[in-house]
Amino acid sequence: MDYTGEHLFPGLLGHFFVTLSLVASLVATFAYFKSVQSKIEVNANSWKNLARAAFITEVASIFAIFAILFFIIYNHFFEYKYAWQHSSRSLEVKYLLSCFWEGQEGSFLLWSIWHSVLGAILIAKAKKWEAPVMTVVSFAQVCLATMIAGIYFFNWRMGSNPFVLLRHEMDAPIFSDPNYLSLIKDGNDLNPLLQNYWMVIHPPVLFLGFASTIVPFAYTIAGLWTKNFGDWTKPALPWALFSAAVLGTGVMMGGAWAYESLSFGGYWAWDPVENASMVPWLVLIAGIHTMLIYKHTGHSLRATHFLFITAFCLVLYSTYLTRSGDLQDTSVHAFTGEGIAVIHLRALFFVFTIPAFIFYAVRYKQIPGIAKEEQTSSREFWMFIGSLIFFLSALFITIATSLPVINKIFGTHFTMGEDVAFSYNRVIIFVAIIIGILTAITQYLKYKETDSKFFRKKIIWPTVISLIVSCAVIAFGNINYQEHGAGFLGAIWFATACSIYAVVANSAYIWLGMKGKLKLSGGSIAHAGFGLMLIGILLSSSKKEVLSWNTSGIFVPLGEGSKERPGENLTLVKGVPTTMGDYNVTYVSDSMHPKKPLWYYNLHFKNKKSSEQFTLTPNAFVNYKGNQGLMANPDARHYWNHDIFTYITSLPDPEKNKDTSSFKPEILKAGDTAFYSNGFYVLEDLVTRDNIPTGGLAPTDKVFMATIKVYSKNKTSYTSRPFLINKGGSLFPFRDTVTSENLIFQLNRVDGNSAQLGVKESNSVLQYLTLKAYKFPFINLLWLGVIVMVTGIAISIVRRIQLNKSSQEIENLTL
Amino acid sequence: MKKTHIALLVLIAATIAVLISFMGKLSTYDSVKSAMKKKGKVVSIIAKLDRSYPIEYDAIKNPNYLSFVAADSVGSNMKVVYRKEKPTNLEHSERLVLKGKMDDDHFECSEILMKCPSKYKDDMKQAKKNLEANKQGDQ
Repeated sequence: MDYTGEHLFPGLLGHFFVTLSLVASLVATFAYFKSVQSKIEVNANSWKNLARAAFITEVASIFAIFAILFFIIYNHFFEYKYAWQHSSRSLEVKYLLSCFWEGQEGSFLLWSIWHSVLGAILIAKAKKWEAPVMTVVSFAQVCLATMIAGIYFFNWRMGSNPFVLLRHEMDAPIFSDPNYLSLIKDGNDLNPLLQNYWMVIHPPVLFLGFASTIVPFAYTIAGLWTKNFGDWTKPALPWALFSAAVLGTGVMMGGAWAYESLSFGGYWAWDPVENASMVPWLVLIAGIHTMLIYKHTGHSLRATHFLFITAFCLVLYSTYLTRSGDLQDTSVHAFTGEGIAVIHLRALFFVFTIPAFIFYAVRYKQIPGIAKEEQTSSREFWMFIGSLIFFLSALFITIATSLPVINKIFGTHFTMGEDVAFSYNRVIIFVAIIIGILTAITQYLKYKETDSKFFRKKIIWPTVISLIVSCAVIAFGNINYQEHGAGFLGAIWFATACSIYAVVANSAYIWLGMKGKLKLSGGSIAHAGFGLMLIGILLSSSKKEVLSWNTSGIFVPLGEGSKERPGENLTLVKGVPTTMGDYNVTYVSDSMHPKKPLWYYNLHFKNKKSSEQFTLTPNAFVNYKGNQGLMANPDARHYWNHDIFTYITSLPDPEKNKDTSSFKPEILKAGDTAFYSNGFYVLEDLVTRDNIPTGGLAPTDKVFMATIKVYSKNKTSYTSRPFLINKGGSLFPFRDTVTSENLIFQLNRVDGNSAQLGVKESNSVLQYLTLKAYKFPFINLLWLGVIVMVTGIAISIVRRIQLNKSSQEIENLTL
Repeated sequence: MKKTHIALLVLIAATIAVLISFMGKLSTYDSVKSAMKKKGKVVSIIAKLDRSYPIEYDAIKNPNYLSFVAADSVGSNMKVVYRKEKPTNLEHSERLVLKGKMDDDHFECSEILMKCPSKYKDDMKQAKKNLEANKQGDQ
């Protein structure tokens, strides 16, 4: 059949480049391999030239694939499944790139692109390490190319090709129409959660972080392979630092995205997907530290090999975890495992992990080590302990995250306990304590051995200052996190003190140890930034306050579901100011995006204590693509020391029409009767209570409650109990609704035994929204810490590259 | 033995201790029936929303009270109470992972994880429906 309106040429070209990239990377791998194995230099060089040509071809193919796919998406060629599935005509241009990372194919492509870029730099700069290192990189490119190959082996399709046609992938009667394209009005659109500016920048950075872990790994393998043990650490160190900086930034950008656009109320939820991306970072940091130990003392070379191999394998493991669908029951945002076979993802993990560790085991004895043991007063000893702790916490997080995999292998049925975050926090808090202290003191120790007098003299002032600051913060900072008992609160205090120590001691070291030379102080700056991050994490989590406690911050033991603590959600009726923490909040108005079902809700905040006023506009996709319900994006007001953060949790069914009626006043005494359109009601009882034994109320504050019996014409009766709180002179009415009678009662005033009631008969439900609001203190410390840390690492990268260059020059001179 | 080796052993022992205590605090996946036998213990139940019963949620009355009926794979029913906001597309969920404790007459749920047709990837079935709807709308 001939179909009209299809653009098949870009797809053909795309298929061609997909195949070419697979072949070219295979050739590059083989040629680089032969180049390393060749004993004769001429042969080695000609193999190397062939390999370079093949790799450059591979790079060109990958970029061509990317460009063609972008062209298809940009032009809305919905005959291609990828464009149809991940984009739409209404999608803003800035989000067109985000379509790449919504799908499996696009994100593997992104990974390949970064490998290509890194590979090109290595070809230019790696010199004698080029051939062995690039063998590994090229092989990784082969593996990634299989992911998007879409080639059939018998009945099994290897990978998922981004250029497949919709009509080949879907079996629907529409495709029997040669004119089917004119019927496809629009694509399926990008997931609304990804329509956020962080999602334009977070995935490329994170993937660069993932992709760059291959470089230190490849150098490690190259060292084992060519038996140049240890030599590889020199060129690999700046790469490892680069990888740590980028991966760390990428992970925290994910946190920023979660904070700004996901509605779980925070930046970190110990979600498996988050854990899986953080774990390689922890191992990488451990590897960098053991590498520094090796450079300065010759110790820890074996550990360095182990850690860099592990870091890369963990990246592959996390790829498997997040994409295979095995995490579906535990993660909010794992891929569903469509498209690429689970076995293929497992193969990707094993094809690197097994040979790498066997290779490491075989060569283990040959890796040089130093028999003499480290002094406990030496810097390397404590650096090693720190690295070990980073590695072990990575191990712990990996095992905890892998429960679904463990269940799969052993047929068990384990799952995380009630409070997932606490299961992690109660362990990681001790890691924070130890790492905080180690980060603070280790720089003041010298390699090999430290004179204790010297050490004491240098460390005394930072220690005293930290002690004073910590005591002040704990005494006046009002850190009072009661959820998990006094022991955990103590741990939080201690960890806060240790993090402060890390910041103070490392900042001081820039002057005490480095004499203020910032160019040399990359390490100290990075450590201080890490300390700031820890403080930010500890304070923002332990001092996070719910503002939207239901019932205006007053807990009244009335009504269904109130036997527990009050809920975290508050309902705002349009136009009615409601108390929330220090604010009176009014749901003022709403508006809609011109093209999408995206609604903006204007909430006016007025501080009760000051004249401060502001408007927050959280938004939500409502009934998106025929899916009932909403996807909410939070909004936050930023202050230097805290954020006011809110998002919509529930909205009335929008199909119900608007409310026009108003409250009619009615003054009744107990026993009086009044009529409404469908019957009558009796004020049965009016109770006044004071000395309410719950929080938030003073002994003189009063609660009035009316009991109203409603008798409808059709002989059914209902009881309604509106109540009114008099808190220090301010009145807070709490309405009660008799939904089936469309009746709403509000107790406006009580004078002795007579009550002024507001009665409303409404054909529709009120316009309202339900929200959650938090106060996040010191969240900015976290972001600042990340920036400082990454800056510190960047300074170190520059310095290491300079050092390598000058040592190279010396080598050249002596030759 | 070297000091680093001793430190290594101590820390690994600590890690194992942590893991054991971690495993001890884990809960399990259960069916409604087996959860009944573990009243007051935290369990996770994989279930489906039973659509023959109404979902009870009125944000005006109490935005922190949701109640519905869920059925597990063998068909046992239970009333679920969740004292938080209603997850937005509960009605459209395919599968629910409910974490909480079994009480006398209901399941006191502390966390709901929903598996919806359109989670990260959009469901092809729904998309197909839209396509077909397009077609019908056109003819």
